[in-house]
Amino acid sequence: MAEQYIYAVARVRSRELSLLNESVIGQLCAASGEEDCLRILNEKGWGNPDLPSEEMFREEEKKTWAFIRELVPDQMQIFDVFRLTADYHNLKAAVKESCIDGTHPGIYQEDGTLDAGVMETAVAESDYEALPKSMRAVAQEAKETLLQTRDGQLCDAIIDRAALEAVREAGAKTGEKLLQDYGELICATGDIRIAVRSAKCGKDRQFLMKALAPCETLDIELLADAASSGMDAVCAYLDHTVYADAVDELKASVASFERWCDNRMIETIRPQIHNPFGIGPVAAYILARENEIRTVRIILAAKRNSLPEEMLRERVRAMYV
Amino acid sequence: MSLGLFFALTGAALAAATSGLGSARGVGIAGQAAAGSCTDNPDLFSKVLILQLLPGTQGIYGLLIAFICLSQIGLLGGSADPNMSLSTGLLYLAACVPVIIVEPISAINQGRTSVASIAMVTKKQETFGKSMIFPAMVETYAILALLISILAIFGVARL
Repeated sequence: MAEQYIYAVARVRSRELSLLNESVIGQLCAASGEEDCLRILNEKGWGNPDLPSEEMFREEEKKTWAFIRELVPDQMQIFDVFRLTADYHNLKAAVKESCIDGTHPGIYQEDGTLDAGVMETAVAESDYEALPKSMRAVAQEAKETLLQTRDGQLCDAIIDRAALEAVREAGAKTGEKLLQDYGELICATGDIRIAVRSAKCGKDRQFLMKALAPCETLDIELLADAASSGMDAVCAYLDHTVYADAVDELKASVASFERWCDNRMIETIRPQIHNPFGIGPVAAYILARENEIRTVRIILAAKRNSLPEEMLRERVRAMYV
Repeated sequence: MSLGLFFALTGAALAAATSGLGSARGVGIAGQAAAGSCTDNPDLFSKVLILQLLPGTQGIYGLLIAFICLSQIGLLGGSADPNMSLSTGLLYLAACVPVIIVEPISAINQGRTSVASIAMVTKKQETFGKSMIFPAMVETYAILALLISILAIFGVARL
């Protein structure tokens, strides 16, 4: 089984040479402005000078997926775990759009496993047969909740929980250690985010139990208890889990915690850089590309808004290579 | 035709067959990695080709043992003894056993090591010399098995 991906892994090894490393990120941080950054990126094969930066990011994402499709055309479903988040984002958009007047172009993401148009129609007509089985009940519940209560936050909580569960299940179903760890980490960090926001907003335990998705590394009952008591209780609970090192970041700022989440993901995938067999290195490459696109986006936004270099460096993510 | 000759021939045939199968697998898996490396960087061709070929030697060793065995039992020159004793035939088969077992296993493992070495060369071309050493270490045991089989076949022939 592992030998099935030898060609793909060898090609990924070649492509890893063109990933942005810490030194390039350093150059970008030290660049005089956005234009200078775009010039450096251009030299590294990103976009072209006439392309707006958002368009450049979209192009880079497309390039990654085109490469993966070329490598494993018959095995693309294994990477659905990375695309489910876009599906659930689109579901959220479709539910909200169906409950308000007019159309709102640009609210859907293109890189999901389902066509956004199909989802939009299914939700608007309350005919959920076109959606995957696992999504039908959630779509119905979210739409009914929004129509009956007009509580957008509750609607988001229902869909977010379903998204976290779906990612975790999809990761577990692949049987690949890296993708299982990915699903678990996404679910756990998602739960921590929900707990922290709920603690700050004073949400009750009932809401938390509805919003938190079960996972192996966190006890959601205890997390819900902690979050309903306040931020200090959340930190105290996390201190006794495998996510203890997130506590300092949570206390520092939301941006620090988000950086910790991304860095933790990079730590999880880094062993794949020395693994010549299996689908792991291919999956790690996708995540590494996502991470570098996210980092470049942060740097360009900081340069555009003239953020001091020190503040920018605090937000920059660790790189895979 | 005696059963002895049958077993001696079986030894020679298995030596060539299992070693050939092992090498085919080893060269095959290393070849996939080599092709992957060359797709984006064709300049690596000569380097990765050498790494790909390393697991091919076990097939040659098996072939060599098969030739020696066939020559010793006289099947190549047409001087085979149709009344070879069962014990002599089994001794020839036993003499081929190191090659029959060790060569295919070492070829597959060498192929896997070559895959890792190809990844190393892809990342840093200057490590080519070092990357050759890792799969070459696996070769040691293939050579040891070959040596024992040669000594054993000549030993049986002198009995």
